[in-house]
Amino acid sequence: MFDVDVWQEIFSTIKKNKLRTFLTGFSVAWGIFMLMILLGSGNGLQNGVKEQFADNSVNIMWMWTGETSMPYHGLKEGRPIKFKNDDYTFLKEKSEDLELVSSRFYLPGNIMYTYKNEYGSFETSSCHPALKEMEKVVIVSGRFINDLDMTDFRKVIVIGENIRKALFKDEDPMGKYVKLNNVPFKVVGVSFDKKRQNERTAYIPVSTAQRIFNGADRVHTFAVTTKMVKTAEEAEAITERVRQDMALRHNFDPKDKRAMGSFNMLTEYIRTMKIFQAIKIFVWIIGIGTLIAGIVGVSNIMLILVKERTREIGIRKALGASPASVIGLVLLESILITTVAGYIGLLFGVSIMEGINLAIEQMLATGGGDGMFFRNPTVDFFTAITSTLILVISGALAGYLPARKAANVKPIEALRDE
Amino acid sequence: MIQISNLHKSYVMGSNSLHVLKGLDLDIDEGEFVSIMGSSGSGKSTLLNILGILDDYDEGSYYLGGRLMQGLNETKAAMTRNEMIGFIFQSFNLISFKNAVENVALPLYYQKVSRKKRNLIALEYLDRLGLKEWAHHLPSEMSGGQKQRVAIARALISKPKIILADEPTGALDSTTSFEVMDILKEINDQGKTVIIVTHEHDIAAMTKKIIRLKDGVIEEVIKNGELQMFKDRVRTE
Repeated sequence: MFDVDVWQEIFSTIKKNKLRTFLTGFSVAWGIFMLMILLGSGNGLQNGVKEQFADNSVNIMWMWTGETSMPYHGLKEGRPIKFKNDDYTFLKEKSEDLELVSSRFYLPGNIMYTYKNEYGSFETSSCHPALKEMEKVVIVSGRFINDLDMTDFRKVIVIGENIRKALFKDEDPMGKYVKLNNVPFKVVGVSFDKKRQNERTAYIPVSTAQRIFNGADRVHTFAVTTKMVKTAEEAEAITERVRQDMALRHNFDPKDKRAMGSFNMLTEYIRTMKIFQAIKIFVWIIGIGTLIAGIVGVSNIMLILVKERTREIGIRKALGASPASVIGLVLLESILITTVAGYIGLLFGVSIMEGINLAIEQMLATGGGDGMFFRNPTVDFFTAITSTLILVISGALAGYLPARKAANVKPIEALRDE
Repeated sequence: MIQISNLHKSYVMGSNSLHVLKGLDLDIDEGEFVSIMGSSGSGKSTLLNILGILDDYDEGSYYLGGRLMQGLNETKAAMTRNEMIGFIFQSFNLISFKNAVENVALPLYYQKVSRKKRNLIALEYLDRLGLKEWAHHLPSEMSGGQKQRVAIARALISKPKIILADEPTGALDSTTSFEVMDILKEINDQGKTVIIVTHEHDIAAMTKKIIRLKDGVIEEVIKNGELQMFKDRVRTE
C-alpha cells in the first residue's frame, strides 16, 4: 500500500483540486486548532487556580476558637472556648482523620524585633516543625524549627527573607541573635516565599513561645492536614468529625460555628477541581463538534472525488485492481488530508498557547502579573497524541463512505459513463 | 479458448426485466481473430462484458481457458481479468495524470511487479509499438492513434490469452483505424486470440471470422472462406 504509485496518485488528485483540498483541510485544521486553544485555555485557568492553592497543602485545615453562641447541656451561651496543649496531643495521636498537626500560640501585643541598631515589627508565627510541610515554607539557608527545639524550649527563630533584609542587610544572619521584645532568639534559618506573602513572617517553636510569653498551655489555633479524600462530601465529613471531637472535649454544640471556627481547604479544592473537570468535558465536546464538521467536509470532498474518478476506478478495475486496492487508495487519501491538515492546526494551536505561556512567564519574571489566574496554558503531550490519533481515525471515518462507494463502482458502467 | 453454451442474461430495470442474451452458444478457439457485430440492442456489449468478466450471467456456462467463469467474487474476477484478458476501448481509457509508460505498466502494478521492472517492460512494449519517444508524455499530449497504441501496449503487457477490443477504431479516422487494425492483426499472427466488437463492416471484414448477433442470439457466423463474399456484400449494401 505504501509505495510510490499510491502516493503519486494521491498527490496528483490533490494537485488537481488544490483549492478544494485546502478548504476542506482548513476545516479540519480549524477544528483541531480550536480544540487546542480551548484545551490550553482550560488548562491555563486550572493551573492558575491551582497556583492560588499552592501556598499550602491542599488538604490543610485551620481551627480557631471563640465564644459559644448556643446554649449546650445546660451551659449558657457566651462561654469562651480555649484550646490547650492536650488538644494538640489528642489531635496528633487520637484523630484518625488527620496527618500533620501544628498548634499556634499568638504572641501578646506588638513584638519588636531588634538587631544591633536595626529594628522593626514583624509577624511571628509560633508553630510545630510540621508547619513547614503544611504551609510549604521554603528554606533558603539553615533549617526550619525541629523537634529538639520543641522539647528543649530552645530560643531559635526562622526569619523571612524580608526580615533578613531589614535587620541584617548584607550580614550573614545565621547564628546571630535577634531580640524579640528584648528576648534574644538565635537565627537558625531563612525562609523564602516566591509569592512574597510570608516573607515578613518569622517562625519560633510554640513551646518556647508559650514559656517566654506566659502562655502556659494555651493554644490559639491549629493547622492540621486531613487525609487525602476524593470527594468534597468526604472532606466535609472529616471536618464534622473533628468538630464533634473538639465539641465533646470542650463542651459546646458541634453546630456552634462561633465556639469553634474551621476552614477545610480540601473541600474547596475538590469543588474547584470539579468545576474544571466539567469545563474540560465541555471543551472536548465543543472541540469534537468542530472536528466533526471538518470530518463531514472531508467525507464530502472524497465523495465528490470518487464520483469524478468513477471512470478511472473503472479502468483500474478492468485492468485488475481488486476492491481492496481501490478502498485503500481512497482511505489513504482521506487520512492523508485529515492528518496533515489536522497536524498543521495542532501545531498552530500549540504554538500560540506556548507563545502566550512564554509571555506570561516573562511578565511574572519581571514582577508583574500578580494574582494571575492564568498559568501555563499549554496542552500536554498525552492530549496532543490523543488528538493525533483522533485525527487518523477521523480520516478513516471520513473516507469510509466514499471508499465503499468506490469499491462498488461497476467497471462496465464506469467505462460507459461518458 | 472460449466455450459458451446456452448463455442467458437479463437486466432488471425497476419492474421491467430486459432479456438481452437468449441462450447464446459460441466457441472461439485459441488464435482466432473474431469480430462481433450487431445493431444496438443486439446484446453485443453485454456479451463483451461477460466475456471480459466485467459482468455476470444468469444461466448457461462460460469457460475461459478451460475454467468456468461463474459467481467469481470481485477480487477473483479482477485477478482473472488481469491475467487472462487485455482490454482495448473505444475511448482509450488511459489515466490522464499518468504518462505513457505508467499507463502501460498499470496491469503489472496490480501483479505487484516492482516499479523499476514494470516501467522497463512497459518501455519495451511502447518501443514495439513505435512510441518510445512518447514514453514520458501524458495522454493529453498525444494523438488519437498514439493513445490507442498506448492502450494496446497496456493490453498486451500482462501477456493475456485474449485481447478484447470494444470499438477500438470508433474514435479514430480511417487511416489510423487501419493502422490499429494492422497492429491487432499482427498480435493475432503472434498467436493471441483477438475479439473485436464493432459496427463498422470494413473493420469487421479485416478479421477472420464475423459473428453477427441479433436479438440476443447468433444470427450468422461468417468464416474465413466466406469473408470475400461478405466483403462483396458490404460493398453493395
